Amino acid sequence: MSSSAALTWFARHEIRLAWREALAMLTAGRKGRKRTAIIGLLVFAAIMHLPAYAVIGRFADLQEPLDKSTLIVITATILLAWALMLSQAIESVTRVLYARADLDLIMSSPVPLASVFSVRIAAIALSVIAMALLLSTPFVDVLVIGGGWRWLSAFGVVVAIGLTAAAAAIAVAVLLFRLIGPSRTRLVAQILAAVIGAGFVIALQVAAILSYGTLSRFAVLTSDAAAVFAPALDSLVWWPARAALGDGEALLWLLAGGLVLLGAVMAIFSPRFADTVVSASANSATAHQTPRPKAFHAGSRQQALRWKEFVLLRRDPWLVSQSLMQLLYLVPPALLLWKSFADSDAAMVLITPVIVMAAGQLAGGLAWLTISGEDAPDLVATAPIAASRVTRAKIEVVLIAIAVIFAPLLLALACAAPLQAAVTASGIVVAAASATAIQLWFRVQARRSQFRRRQTSSRFATFAEAFSSIGWAATAVLALALPIAGLISGMITAAIVAVTWMISPRRD
Amino acid sequence: MKSDVSALELRGLTKRFDRLAVDALDLTVRTGEFYALLGPNGAGKTTTLRMVAGLLRPDAGSVSVLGIDALADPVTAKQVTAWVSDEPMVYDKLTPLEYLAFVAGLWGIDPAVSERSAHDLLVSLSLEPHLHERCEGFSKGMRQKVALAGALVHDPRLIILDEPLTGLDAVSARHVKGLLCDRVRSGCTVIMTTHILEVAERMADRIGVIASGRLVAEGTLTELRQQDGRNDTSLEDMFIALVDTEAAAA
Repeated sequence: MSSSAALTWFARHEIRLAWREALAMLTAGRKGRKRTAIIGLLVFAAIMHLPAYAVIGRFADLQEPLDKSTLIVITATILLAWALMLSQAIESVTRVLYARADLDLIMSSPVPLASVFSVRIAAIALSVIAMALLLSTPFVDVLVIGGGWRWLSAFGVVVAIGLTAAAAAIAVAVLLFRLIGPSRTRLVAQILAAVIGAGFVIALQVAAILSYGTLSRFAVLTSDAAAVFAPALDSLVWWPARAALGDGEALLWLLAGGLVLLGAVMAIFSPRFADTVVSASANSATAHQTPRPKAFHAGSRQQALRWKEFVLLRRDPWLVSQSLMQLLYLVPPALLLWKSFADSDAAMVLITPVIVMAAGQLAGGLAWLTISGEDAPDLVATAPIAASRVTRAKIEVVLIAIAVIFAPLLLALACAAPLQAAVTASGIVVAAASATAIQLWFRVQARRSQFRRRQTSSRFATFAEAFSSIGWAATAVLALALPIAGLISGMITAAIVAVTWMISPRRD
Repeated sequence: MKSDVSALELRGLTKRFDRLAVDALDLTVRTGEFYALLGPNGAGKTTTLRMVAGLLRPDAGSVSVLGIDALADPVTAKQVTAWVSDEPMVYDKLTPLEYLAFVAGLWGIDPAVSERSAHDLLVSLSLEPHLHERCEGFSKGMRQKVALAGALVHDPRLIILDEPLTGLDAVSARHVKGLLCDRVRSGCTVIMTTHILEVAERMADRIGVIASGRLVAEGTLTELRQQDGRNDTSLEDMFIALVDTEAAAA
């Protein structure tokens, strides 16, 4: 096989891997669900046209010349898409750098490594672009139907920003690698990937709430202040927006710029990528610990289990950051509630649902880690301790962690409003217990590193957990404001949890 | 130190997945014996041992560990048993010493005893330079040694090992074999599956050959040769002949 044929073959292999990985995400790794997953995806894409119409249908008629506010909104939307693509690309690059089993095979093959990694970088760009095209299709469709064929150029903009996002991700990962070393790069890159996408939306929402008292990020973008600080109408900054509106020249420049950027990154980093990968593979995390083995047998067998869970949680900042990320999304609604009702008596009450919801979500994540995410299942299963006591010890870990995190908040609340603190505490206990129970009923054996994919193993459990947290949050606030409604809400939520139990693969 | 008391007694042990994995298996291993369980891939060795260790519930049959009914009283049976799988499962974020301390905590071992034992075990397995390093950077062989040390730290009376030498270098393999032989000499019982027939030939007091979930031959090397009708045949030749015969019969 010639060198170019080998590279073509390798490119096909990369695309096939990316496709199968995407499929595995959709089917939760279960065989025989490929057709259902594809049909489900198509139905989902069709349904997505409705919210897409609701969100951007009114922009379909936009014509040049555009005012600054409109350009800002379009540019910010493109920037958001870029941030999400960057997030996905960083995650892909991290996987390429650290997926050791795959790399051993590739790096031992008689193919020039620079070429192989060029293909792999291109594959990252391709998968990022493909995903973005898939998600943007309903939106672009709505614009094309409402505003004409010119909007098809929006697909070109997606491709262009996908190219630059992949290039930026590779540059960021390799630079991080050089600056902070292999082991820290993995952690920082994973946290960056998680924070970038969410951070952009949350920051805009927080800014909107603080400035205009609304959850809508458009409030900031369409404000006079934003228009004053924005560049002039003929600035290059607006080229992506103009390209999306059908400006062919701007689109060509964008595509060319994206390709040149990715090409430059491939030329600069591909030869070094192999060295970086070798360093990452060879990196043995030799984190030395202060000896603390005594703590494991300071008490009962359950205490040893509890201590183990706490140590594992404390030593894995990535997992902790992933769990706490869920809380980040609660910041904007909490801020909005606080700001909306700051001058009324209801202000204090409205903090209750946010806290209860956060407790439920956090408990769900922690419960998965302790109950399903057991890295040495055989050891625990062969230990002379009853399975029920193992489960109880793990549940205790979740509840202790929730208690430690929320106790300071409750104490502060108790000083200001004792009754509300009591109701909030009850809500936290019930929400955390429900989320933990759902994780227990739907438990599967998995490695802790699979935490991010836990939601694909049972979508029913994921939705049930979310509905339960929302339900208990509503119940808590209604119990304070309108007790009868609180009772009804509590009964509905309890029914949701009961139905979840009935549907779950019940365990002993 | 051999005894007539059975360390393990299986009667009519049966397990079915998509097909019959273990077929009414009867097996007795005496206390203080080094027993090697051989068989081709998919013969039912691991399934059998996982049922003994309490990791799988049999569909039928009984499991007695040192006279304890392991199905009726699994916790007591587990107290005297250790299990080591071919895929070492240790916690990435714990150091070997912490891992062993956790195991000792699970088995309720006196810390004063287990700490010294843990240290000595890890040193004997050449892990002394890595006592305070997290396991996440360890090779498979190192992880296997940590898992093995974990199995021995609570001083079990029955040690069940599923391919314990996989991934170990020659020196480590010799250390492990030495440790296991020491345990047998001190009265412990070892049951081990292996595909390295030379290990079974040299170490085992008795050898059992399992195929299609049934015990097709059992005895000392001499007894197996007598069953084969030839005194000069190797274990490898006997094993292949037995497995071929069983496959033809199936």
